[in-house]
Amino acid sequence: MSVLLDTVTAVLFPAGAAFCFLGALGLVRFPDTMSRLHAAAKAQTLGLVLVLVGASAQMPGRHAPALLLVALFQLFTAPITSQIIARTAYRTHGLDRNLLLGDALADRLARDGTPLGGPGRARPDEDAER
Amino acid sequence: MTLLYGITLTVIAVSGIVTLLRLVRGPLALDRIMALDVLVTMTIAATAVGSAARDDTTAIPVLVVLALLAFIGSVTAAHLIEKREGMR
Repeated sequence: MSVLLDTVTAVLFPAGAAFCFLGALGLVRFPDTMSRLHAAAKAQTLGLVLVLVGASAQMPGRHAPALLLVALFQLFTAPITSQIIARTAYRTHGLDRNLLLGDALADRLARDGTPLGGPGRARPDEDAER
Repeated sequence: MTLLYGITLTVIAVSGIVTLLRLVRGPLALDRIMALDVLVTMTIAATAVGSAARDDTTAIPVLVVLALLAFIGSVTAAHLIEKREGMR
């Protein structure tokens, strides 16, 4: 049993650490806020969950649920954080429009008559030019 | 197993240092918030590895608190930025 649990930890710990590292690398290398969110979310969900499951295999049984609770909580909250940061970036013109292939939200907002104001505002005809 | 713990902790520590680069560089406040969030996540992961390595369970409540704080902190900071930009 102990050998089995050790094997689980030996597989999950390096995998989780690798995801953390790749997430950090993406956070530094990617060009704008929106694409960095992708890399950050990978490190936050998969990296942390793998490490926590690996750690809970080494804990006495009654402590494992707390670690799994943290993992579950992270799985719930990381998408919420990413979505709110992305929404704030969109509304405060924090995204690089040259990197976008399309902006469905801008079309929708323009059609509803509530386009986003301000200097960096997306024009609906921007996509047609490309 | 000690070697495994050592390697895992080293990789997570290096990831934390790489994340710090983004925290310092910015350029938007949102990027810093994101980097801080990832940094807290890495702290949680490193603490979990550490408590597994030392067979010590005293740090587990800290993990729960950190997970809560990271979420609330990031969401609040993003909200504040949106409000600040809206006032201009």
